[in-house]
This record gives sequence, structure tokens and C-alpha cells, in this order.
Amino acid sequence: MSVGLVIVSHSVQLAAGVVELAAQMAPDVVLIPAGGMDDGGIGTSLDKVMTALGLADTGAGAVVLTDLGSAVMTAESALEFMGNPDTVLLANAPLVEGSIAAAVAAQSGAALDVVCKAAETALNPVAASPAGGTATALPSTADAGEAGAVTAVVTLINPMGLHARPAAVLAGELGAMDVEIEINGVDGQSVMMLMTLGAGQGAELNISATGPDAKRAVDLVRREVEAGFGEI
Amino acid sequence: MADSTFLTVDWAIDWLRRSAAVVAENRMALIELDRVIGDGDHGENLDRGFSAVLEALDAQAPATPGAAFKLAAMTLMSKVGGAAGPLYGTAFLRAATTVGDAAELDAAMLGAALGAARDGVVARGKAEVGDKTMIDAWTPAVDAAVAAAAAGAGPAAVLDAAATAAESGAVSTDPLIARKGRASYLGERAMGHRDPGAASSALILRAAANAAGAGA
Repeated sequence: MSVGLVIVSHSVQLAAGVVELAAQMAPDVVLIPAGGMDDGGIGTSLDKVMTALGLADTGAGAVVLTDLGSAVMTAESALEFMGNPDTVLLANAPLVEGSIAAAVAAQSGAALDVVCKAAETALNPVAASPAGGTATALPSTADAGEAGAVTAVVTLINPMGLHARPAAVLAGELGAMDVEIEINGVDGQSVMMLMTLGAGQGAELNISATGPDAKRAVDLVRREVEAGFGEI
Repeated sequence: MADSTFLTVDWAIDWLRRSAAVVAENRMALIELDRVIGDGDHGENLDRGFSAVLEALDAQAPATPGAAFKLAAMTLMSKVGGAAGPLYGTAFLRAATTVGDAAELDAAMLGAALGAARDGVVARGKAEVGDKTMIDAWTPAVDAAVAAAAAGAGPAAVLDAAATAAESGAVSTDPLIARKGRASYLGERAMGHRDPGAASSALILRAAANAAGAGA
């Protein structure tokens, strides 16, 4: 049971497209589109949003993502009709990036507020790293990088490199750990940032992690990369 | 009786029916206003929404003013499609909450309901007076209604004051630069054009006054 997502858009096709995209990285998350009006025209429908909310919340709550202005207002109105339940959060986030970041977080089993936060920091994922926890960094097991960091250098061997699916796997697993981890200088817990690396086959990944789970995190990345993310 | 002391569900239903009629009548005018500074759908969306309100009223007769407002709120939010749906829907929903199960509304309750409706529009749309939105009609309307009620006016006179102030408020949007909605992308090009939401708000508030017998 994970947090579900409701994708509210003026367009039936846009909502369905965002669901299709996010589902690739979050196969187990309930993603419900609420696009267009009741007759399928451009607009947003309170009915559709409320129905979607009922479907998306399977017990762990739901996060609502919206496109333009009146979609936000319709979503807010739906929540007001439902008495503003604690189990639904409205993310103030870009629709596409926010939906993907939230879906990945939900897939990793994150709690409602964490999933919402993942959406809201999708365009600035470094700021989304868990606060605190850095004071207890373990001694380094490898030399390089900042003092106290666990580091490693690995080479991508799978043909497609660090594309969307492996990025989601890494970000999801790392996101569940108590670690600050950078891969080639970006936040390893952010699927969006990992994808911006554009790291293809043969590319080197410089990993540096601090925090209680630093060693576990680096080992996980090494293991996944060396296994070609199960793609070879 | 020139001005009854209380308004009942009959007034609320009549208001909604008159709103539907006046919106249908002004559909093209509202479309034209919105075409100039927005996306041109305000008249059509609102007409579709209020037509659905008429159907809802035919299907189920609300027992109290609050029930009528709530029916309008749900219908408008589901059927309008554009920003006007959640904005008018929230206005009616907040008004419904304010009047509760009361069978009769006096002047003070009307003032409170209009105030709650306006606050709902502000909360939903995050607009202020001067942003060239519905709020430019609603805020003076609420101020006038509350003042009239405090001065001892009856419900019809309260609604008449609100409608008159809303009409002036709508006109006051003509020279403004929009700061909310699609019109805000136009900058100075929005100057000289009336905000369609303020215009429709004035029409709907006038319908409320007419339903109460103001000016009759």
C-alpha cells in the first residue's frame, strides 16, 4: 500500500499522458487521471476529481497534482467539499516533474508528506534532501572527496546507461535511506537530477555519501550499476 | 408588502433561476468581454453551469436557502469547467455554510452570507481589490450590503445596495491592469476592457435583488 496520486489537468489527454509517464517509474503506485470536463472537453470537473480521490487513496493517503489555475481551484474545492481531510495533500508543484518525483517517492514507500514534498521540490531536488543527520557521518572507508564521506567510482555497463527506469530505482532505494549522497555532483535521491546527468554506457559515476547509511547506499549503487540494473 | 423581513427558499430558487436567465441572455456579451482579455469561454462556461443548475433544481427541490446554495455550488463546480466554476461554486458553498439550515434569512444573515461568499472567492482565487477580477464587484457589494443591513434596511434593500455597488465595481475594472488569470498576461492591453467575472457577478447579484422584489 503506497500513497496514491491524482493528476488533475484541463485536458483528458494531458492527465492520461502524465499518468502514463509516471507509471513507467512507479509500477505499483495508484495513479488516477482526472483530466477534462465530464463530457471530455477542456476544463476541470469537481466530479472527476472527487471520484479520482476516492480511487487513489487506498489507505496511505493521496497527493493531488494540478496544471493551470482553475485546476488548482477545482482541486481545492473538492478538498473543501470533503472537509479538508488529513489524508489528501495538494502539491504546489510543476505537473510533469512533480508527478514523476512524487510517483517515485510513493513507489519507494515514502509517507504522504514526503511524497508531497518530493513533488514540491522536483525542480530543486537538492533542497529536498533529508535535513540533518550529517553530524553522525561514518568514518570514510575510501579516500577521496570530503572528509568522512564514503566514495566510489563505478562505470555504467548497461547499453542505455542511467535512463529513466534505473534512475527511478536508484532514487527510490536511496530515498528510503538516511544518507546524503551525490552522484556526479547531483542528489542521488532525486530521479529528476539523476536523469539530467544524461550518463550513458561507459560513463563513470563518482559517488560520495555521508550519513548513517552512507556505506549501504554506496554499496547499493555499485551493486546496481555492476549488475547493469538487471538490463543485461 | 414592499419589503418582507425574511427571505425563504422560494427566493433562493428564484434567484438561481433568474441568474440562469440573465447569464443566458448575456452569454454573447460575456463571451465577447472574455474574448478580448481572456480565453473567451466565460459566457459559455457560465451558461452551461447555470443551465445545469436549472436541471438540478427541476430534479430535486431544495428545502432551505442553504440547500439551494449548496446544490448550486456542487453543480457549478462540476459543470462550468473554467475558473468561474470553483469561484462561484465556493461562493455559494460558503454562503450555504453560513446560513446553515435556516428556513428564513434576515438582512443581517444575508450580509453575512454575502461576506462569506466573497471571502470564499478571495481564498480560492487569491485576488485582491484592484486585481481586475470578480473581487472588484464582490467587495463593494458586501460592504454596501453590510452597511445597509446595519442601517436597518430589509433584505430586498440590502440586496439592491449590493447589486448597485457590484455594478459600479464592475465598471471600475475597466481601466485596471489585470493581475490574476489569463488577462494578467496581457499587461496594459487589458486596460479599457471590463473584467468578465466582475460583469457576471454584478448580473448575478442584480438577479438576487430582483428575486427579492427590489425596485418592484
